[in-house]
Amino acid sequence: MHTPRSLLLCLATLTVALLAAPAHAGKTLEAIKSRGQLVCGVNVGLPGFAAADSSGNWSGLDVDVCRALAAAVLGHADKVKYVPLNAQQRFTALQSGEIDVLSRNTTFTLTRDASLGLFMTVVTYFDGQGFMVPTKSRITSALQLKNQTVCVQAGTTTEKNLTDYSRANNLGIKPVVFEKLEAMTGAYFAGRCIAFTTDASGLASVRNKEAKTPAEHTILPQLISKEPLGPLVRRGDDEWFTITKWVVNGLQEAEEYGVTQANVDQLASSTDPVVQRMLGISEDTGKLLGLNRAWLANAVKATGNYGEIFERNVGPRSLLGLPRGINNLWNKGGVVYPIPIR
Amino acid sequence: MLTGLSWRSLAVRGLVYQLAAVVAVVLAVGFLTHNTLHNMGTRGIQAGFDFLAQPAGFDIGESAIAFDSARSYGRAFAVGVANTLRVATLGVLLTTVLGALLGVGRLSRNALVRGACVLYVEVFRNTPLLLQLLMWYLLLTALLPSPSEAWQAGPVFLSKGGLAVPWFAGSSGLVDLPRQGPFAVEGGAALTPEFVAVLLGLTLYTAAFVAEVVRAGVLSVSRGHVEAANALGLGRYHALRLVVLPQALRVIVPPLANQYLNLTKHSSLAVAIGYPDVVSIANTALNQTGRAVECIGVVMLVYLTTSLTTSVLMNRYNARALFAPRAEQ
Repeated sequence: MHTPRSLLLCLATLTVALLAAPAHAGKTLEAIKSRGQLVCGVNVGLPGFAAADSSGNWSGLDVDVCRALAAAVLGHADKVKYVPLNAQQRFTALQSGEIDVLSRNTTFTLTRDASLGLFMTVVTYFDGQGFMVPTKSRITSALQLKNQTVCVQAGTTTEKNLTDYSRANNLGIKPVVFEKLEAMTGAYFAGRCIAFTTDASGLASVRNKEAKTPAEHTILPQLISKEPLGPLVRRGDDEWFTITKWVVNGLQEAEEYGVTQANVDQLASSTDPVVQRMLGISEDTGKLLGLNRAWLANAVKATGNYGEIFERNVGPRSLLGLPRGINNLWNKGGVVYPIPIR
Repeated sequence: MLTGLSWRSLAVRGLVYQLAAVVAVVLAVGFLTHNTLHNMGTRGIQAGFDFLAQPAGFDIGESAIAFDSARSYGRAFAVGVANTLRVATLGVLLTTVLGALLGVGRLSRNALVRGACVLYVEVFRNTPLLLQLLMWYLLLTALLPSPSEAWQAGPVFLSKGGLAVPWFAGSSGLVDLPRQGPFAVEGGAALTPEFVAVLLGLTLYTAAFVAEVVRAGVLSVSRGHVEAANALGLGRYHALRLVVLPQALRVIVPPLANQYLNLTKHSSLAVAIGYPDVVSIANTALNQTGRAVECIGVVMLVYLTTSLTTSVLMNRYNARALFAPRAEQ
């Protein structure tokens, strides 16, 4: 039997490739530093949270979390590689080590936390599931949707919430589940469904971005679920989990103490002991996290504090025009309660 | 045979090679499975098919078998399979009829008929199926009237909500008539626009390929046979029925089976336009439970089973087509 040597070589290579045990990715932080880049999983396109413009620049609230992380870890907010992920791919991408952090408007739930090998960090947006209806339908409450058809996007917690709500109120709502957003919005705007349901922030995004006349569509006031959204990391690397948690928390703490993108440099001479500690002037909190001294100052310099990120991407004056609501700080009527940095 | 035990024997060597191949495959599959489970375990990812017995907790818009959100994930998968089979079976039937007509039409002596068939085949087989499905769906939902002002013809209503027809109301044996509600048509049974769009898209697309298969089959029969049939005094119908078709079928059936398999597998694109087929259900289950490997496994098993069943049936039919001329000798 004469087997060409090259064929044998190919076979051997293939065998080795298949049989080799997957190399354990070292600590995430070291991996990021040695590659000089943070790999961040984001939405394929949800204006306000993560969307790329025509020249490929990403922006949004979720994107700013990635930028702040990169600034804190690498000192530069642009050292991020964005991996756009759909709802089905997102957890697998994080589990398999393809991305370092998943910042993709993902709801924190018990099942996801306990069974997917993931850690939930800090909530960056307190959302809730709502409904959008054509204004001319004169529907004012979700309770009027008895036996109606409602458009839903696949791969979200939305389907289950809709079903729970429909059962609790005996509504018999019929869901039509779409995988492609354009098919779903197309179907809703064409009138196939009387209502369209997703997180309220997503509704605002679709209404202001996709509808020909946004005023022709009403977002019903009641929310049928709690959707705390935020970044997730892989289990098994507690240090990286801690870093992610504190960077996001730090942005919120910075807002509470008035540290902004504009004044962060001047505040280096601040006499406030809390600000001094936050910015690494009096104490080196970065050392405890494995980061440099100015980790939070760098993050705030890159993206602004949490309040600035919110205003720029989703706030009342942005395209989405969402009110700050419960996403305000605890001392301003919201539920955002940053853990102290000390 | 004593010589059969020797390494020089072709049979023995063949057997050994085959055994070695089987062992290698089993070991490879075993290793990959073990490796996957081990890695998932160390990363704290739960695995297993136990979730199939848990309550699904989501509703399905249309189902051929009874379902509500309190039923299990297993039942939800069954609904998905039933929906896939429903659209695939009807699609195969309609495709065969339409494809045969188009294929024969391409051979017509009438230039108009021939031209129309050529145009159809070239347009439909040269554009992506996903695009066609989206087009049919968006056309259907855009053209039809809104559910609050449905077109009515007797007891039948047509709107964006679908085609509503009278149907038996559960166990009471009474007929449930559709009626116009404030926002939508209520009662009766409905063919949803999603189902119609998927069926239409799959049928029209696959029919273009079937037409070519049929045309090739008919052309494969030597012209001399037709002329001989004519010389024997057989009319056009009898020549087609007794001489051309039995021979053409031998060429048509194997590639036709391919088209049936394609149609079934392409039905997985239905997920894009909201038809709850098995892929759609698996996506939802995957997201709620996080059991990615298991859900994809179930989907693969479903398509593999459907495809193999189709293959077996078509091979049987093919065997009959092959033997038919011999039986008549």
